[in-house]
Amino acid sequence: MTNSWIDLKNADVILVCGANPAENHPVSFKWITAAKDKGAKLIVVDPRFTRTAAKADTFARIRPGTDAAFFGGLINYIITNKLYHEEYIKNYTNASYLVNPGFSFKDGVFSGYDEDLKSYDYDTWTYQLQLNGEVSKDTDFNNPNCVLELMRDHYSRYTADRVSKICGMSEDSFKKIADAFCRTGKPDRSGTILYAMGLTQHTTGTQNVRAAGMVQLLLGNIGIAGGGLNALRGAANVQGSTDFGLLFNLLPGYLNMPLASKHETFSRYKDAEVAKSGYAVNKTKWFVSLLKAWWGEYATEENDFLYEFLPKLGDGYDKSGYSWVPLFEAMYADKINGLLCWGQNPVLSGPNANMTAAALTKLDWLVVSDLFETETSVFWKRPGMKPEDVRTEVFLLPAAASFEKEGSVTNSARLIQWMNKAADPPGEARPDLWIIDSLFKALKDAYSQEATAKFSEPLLKLNWDYGDDEPDPHLVAKEINGFTVTDKTQIINFTKLSDDGSTMCGNWIYSGFYPGDKKADNRAAQTDTSRDPDKLGLYPEWAYSWPLNRRIIYNRCSANAEGVPYDKRRMLVSWDGAKWVNNDVPDFSIKDVAGAIVTPDKTAKSPFIMLPEGQARFFIPDGLIKDGPLTEHYEPVESPSNNLLSGQQNNPLVKIWQSDMDKMVEPGSSKYPYIGFTCRVAEHWQTGSISRNLPWLAEMMPEMFIEISPELAARHGIENGNKVKVISPRGEVTGVAIVTNRIKPFELSPNAPEAVSMPDHYGFVGYVTGGDEDKDYSANQVTSNVYDPNTGMPEYKAFLVDIRKVG
Amino acid sequence: MATAMLVDVSRCIGCRACQVACKEWNLRHAERTQNQGSYENPPDLSAQTWTRVAFIEEAVGDEVKWQFRRVLCQHCTDAACEQVCPPKAISHRLSTAVVIDAEKCTGCKYCISACPFDVPRYNVQTNTVEKCTLCVDRISNGQIPACAKVCAPEAVMFGERSIMVAIAKMRLGKLKKRGFKDAGLYGEKELGGLGVMFLLTSSPSFYGFPEKPTVPLSVNIWQDVFKPMIAVAGGGAGLAALVSLLGSTGYKGSQRGQGSQRSQGDEGSRGDKGKKQSE
Amino acid sequence: MTSGLSRRDFLKLTGSIAALSAVNCLGLDLVPVARAAERLKTAGARETSTICGFCSVGCGVIVHTSTSNGKVQSIEGNPDHPINRGTLCSKGQALYELANNNRRLRSVLYRAPGSDKWEKKNWDWALREIATRMLKARDKTFKVKDKKGIVVNRTEGLAQLGGAALDNEECYLLAKLARSLGIVFLEHQARI
Repeated sequence: MTNSWIDLKNADVILVCGANPAENHPVSFKWITAAKDKGAKLIVVDPRFTRTAAKADTFARIRPGTDAAFFGGLINYIITNKLYHEEYIKNYTNASYLVNPGFSFKDGVFSGYDEDLKSYDYDTWTYQLQLNGEVSKDTDFNNPNCVLELMRDHYSRYTADRVSKICGMSEDSFKKIADAFCRTGKPDRSGTILYAMGLTQHTTGTQNVRAAGMVQLLLGNIGIAGGGLNALRGAANVQGSTDFGLLFNLLPGYLNMPLASKHETFSRYKDAEVAKSGYAVNKTKWFVSLLKAWWGEYATEENDFLYEFLPKLGDGYDKSGYSWVPLFEAMYADKINGLLCWGQNPVLSGPNANMTAAALTKLDWLVVSDLFETETSVFWKRPGMKPEDVRTEVFLLPAAASFEKEGSVTNSARLIQWMNKAADPPGEARPDLWIIDSLFKALKDAYSQEATAKFSEPLLKLNWDYGDDEPDPHLVAKEINGFTVTDKTQIINFTKLSDDGSTMCGNWIYSGFYPGDKKADNRAAQTDTSRDPDKLGLYPEWAYSWPLNRRIIYNRCSANAEGVPYDKRRMLVSWDGAKWVNNDVPDFSIKDVAGAIVTPDKTAKSPFIMLPEGQARFFIPDGLIKDGPLTEHYEPVESPSNNLLSGQQNNPLVKIWQSDMDKMVEPGSSKYPYIGFTCRVAEHWQTGSISRNLPWLAEMMPEMFIEISPELAARHGIENGNKVKVISPRGEVTGVAIVTNRIKPFELSPNAPEAVSMPDHYGFVGYVTGGDEDKDYSANQVTSNVYDPNTGMPEYKAFLVDIRKVG
Repeated sequence: MATAMLVDVSRCIGCRACQVACKEWNLRHAERTQNQGSYENPPDLSAQTWTRVAFIEEAVGDEVKWQFRRVLCQHCTDAACEQVCPPKAISHRLSTAVVIDAEKCTGCKYCISACPFDVPRYNVQTNTVEKCTLCVDRISNGQIPACAKVCAPEAVMFGERSIMVAIAKMRLGKLKKRGFKDAGLYGEKELGGLGVMFLLTSSPSFYGFPEKPTVPLSVNIWQDVFKPMIAVAGGGAGLAALVSLLGSTGYKGSQRGQGSQRSQGDEGSRGDKGKKQSE
Repeated sequence: MTSGLSRRDFLKLTGSIAALSAVNCLGLDLVPVARAAERLKTAGARETSTICGFCSVGCGVIVHTSTSNGKVQSIEGNPDHPINRGTLCSKGQALYELANNNRRLRSVLYRAPGSDKWEKKNWDWALREIATRMLKARDKTFKVKDKKGIVVNRTEGLAQLGGAALDNEECYLLAKLARSLGIVFLEHQARI
């Protein structure tokens, strides 16, 4: 989230698209309701009528997988009607930049596309440069090659009429929403967009989110209280686990993992990765401090801080990297020997669940750490599988729940909060910290004894001492914050990191959360709510928000070039003529290195400090987003409709896997005519591995169900409460039919497709399961392995299925 | 001091935290349930389920409305259950809460028949009748009921009655302005004032409430005629007479039918299975 | 660690509700209804503040544990927490059943190849066996250099998943350990 949960109360208009906060983040409705009490309007755009929709002032149904068209329509509406915040986009975005005249777009494809390789050459996706190397601009927006004019042209195709047909949303609804939301383009109005997996779980996920972000930039809604582009993230610490780089391509603090092709040496890594301008010029300091934190005294300037110890990424499996789907494709192809699984249940949560389970049978061994027996840990006894045929050894380790251990978690709003231990875990269950620490010790033991162990140095030399028996989470937290090497003094924050090896820091963006040695210095554990400047709900002394305890990022944009707040009631930063007076931690320098005050003009053109341009990007150069510098609507890979916007049916970069378990449906299939998508309910959590074992939750949502419209039910002779089966070429899932007017066909879209909605919480073990010991227990048995080419996020939210009554 | 709970259906998001909070605080067991073609579960109140949320779906032209209405004891001022209870196990506590004293309850179930809202439920294991206590243990310790405390959108509130009424009327004004013509406050005056008032956006009957709840005639007769008789005769004759009298009012069937049919109809056409469960 | 947060009184809670409901002008003059006070089930319990482990809203909860046997007696929303102010959703409110649940795992379990059942094991055995298998798999698949002769120091034979259900300190050590082993198939919930 750019903003925060509490900040939702500051909004004038809340647009929820691709999220369902009433069900998935119910407590957020404390703040959404608070905004509504003050007169805010709630707009909900969703394929189905959810509990969130039930509270909306305006609800519009949208066909799954057409969000980029919807937002493209809003962009067109804003530009055509000149509803954009002109001063804002002039100063704070790249709207005025001139783009390479060689850049073009034709029939759904941007310049540089190679159809055989299914990839783009990014040579023309660049800015025009002047002789001095600076970007050419036209702040009057007259030049047809300036970004705003390119957008005007590009999005002119997204007319209300066409968007309405693509999205299956009435033109009237579209215009009503456009009018209500785009009014927030005025400086004293705030509009926020809330999204979640409804936008991301598509082969066009990045397009969807980017288009929503462009709407917010055009309206000047980024960097202000009550505004922002807010990803409502899932798990309690999914923000933290992302921040710590538990993704193949990342290291802690969003430093890129080195690639064999680009970063073979430390100097090549620095050349390629360290920015030439903007705040990321400091990247070497963060990176060196990380290497020091990992290899301590062994990492020296002479040995490039042991850069060679870091693995270098290759092309990955089938030249597709190492992300989730390639990982399971590789496993299914018998390329992976062992898997460690920490508090995750891939047998249900991954797409194409039958393939995931089949892949696990190819492993030599599997280690699972969890609270309960999960479908992953007992995949060998899943319905239809014969245990005697499964050779995989399985170790199931009993773990502690959140309230049975101490440590920090980061919520969706980047707020790091400290958890205190309230009770002991049951039996021999242990906190994962203890398990990881013990595993390290066991590995070190094994590697020390094994003379032939290959390249064991990175493990044996790892800087790892968090206690002899019980590891101390405070010691780990302090290393994450960072300290000086010589006298082990905690550093105040990341501005004190250095690139000469004199500081250690496990995650630079968290630096500042534990700035002193004592437990009282742990700012994640701060609990003072007495200070709430201007009653904006920022609560600067409650916990600690990365970076630097900033609650709303890009907040320079809340004031104009002169530093005068656009809306005094929602002041975040303010220049009083002589100094900055702020309610939030400013997202820019207010003092220079020498301690002198930095006047507003110095930051008036660079509020986005992490970008080398200093200004937000409508047009993304250099292929940083692989499938287009501007956004474009493509149909889901499995769609009942042709793309009404261009001849390019799907995202041109999408990869179709070819294993015998990767069967796909052709567009417009008559065998699988309905749009399937997964969803969630308030009463369950993720794959249900916890919630299906809590009887109070289980009694409310006891078994798998499938929601369909009365029309579709009638067509198949299905009555409410009947058992039905949903079928795709990947598999089937059984559940109880809920026949409801909350689901409707998308009548305006070609072929008026029907929708089939399925929660993804059910499985085959636990206090409650999918139901009736059927072998078809999970919605993900019908989903497919296609994914967004940028993020690797599978397309759970739009695929094709058939349905029939059971028995 | 008069207190009251206010349940505002216009704010309820149907997350059912109240349902779990009730079970958590009062240590009620989960029931084994099935999906009956609806989000609603458990399908009815029981000795283990003192509150639940009804999901009321309504097709209005091309649009659909989905409302969430809590079902729980209304804590009537003129409480039929209290009046009818032979061993005087039911009483008003802390002026608002209508509480069954398990020590005194004999499991005769008269209260079940008498309740205009069909709330009390018999517990076979303990041979007592059980229902919401308004968390009288919490209130007496200065804490609000568990279901009110847990509610994020403040759809459930608890406090001084006059303030709850004032808040309700202010919100009612806003709802009327937003076009909810049939919105109203239920329970301000009904049965001498309900301890649990509802701010509704449609008519009471839409939610399964009796439009004009009354203490059943039979209860009055019981109070005046049969209760003294039982006291004298030791029960047998009076009991038989009462059961037949209550049966003849047809009261229970109509009330419960109203509630569950509404939600059945609204969930599409809930199958026979569902009806059996709730009736 | 005890949070120091004690029972919130009636006045404070209803007061905060009223303030948020924009009717604070009415004021609330409530006093605790102390007459005939009953003993609360949480009376005398130790109170510990922590964060709900379900979604990313990050609500504060207070865990009441028995001072005699350490058992969790109740888990409720923390009224002082600025995000949830004492409220929770159905999942957070059900945490009590996670603390008191006979389905929770209580010992290390091992399933041998082809077996149809779990065997109970101890930690020492399990950690040693896992470490041995990791070493073996890593050795078999470790690549010091790629085909072009570039030093890559990686293994594609080991994979690791998970992290969003763990805390930051655990995630950090997972990343540190996995990368030191050369693991590149490293993914978790955020991807899917």
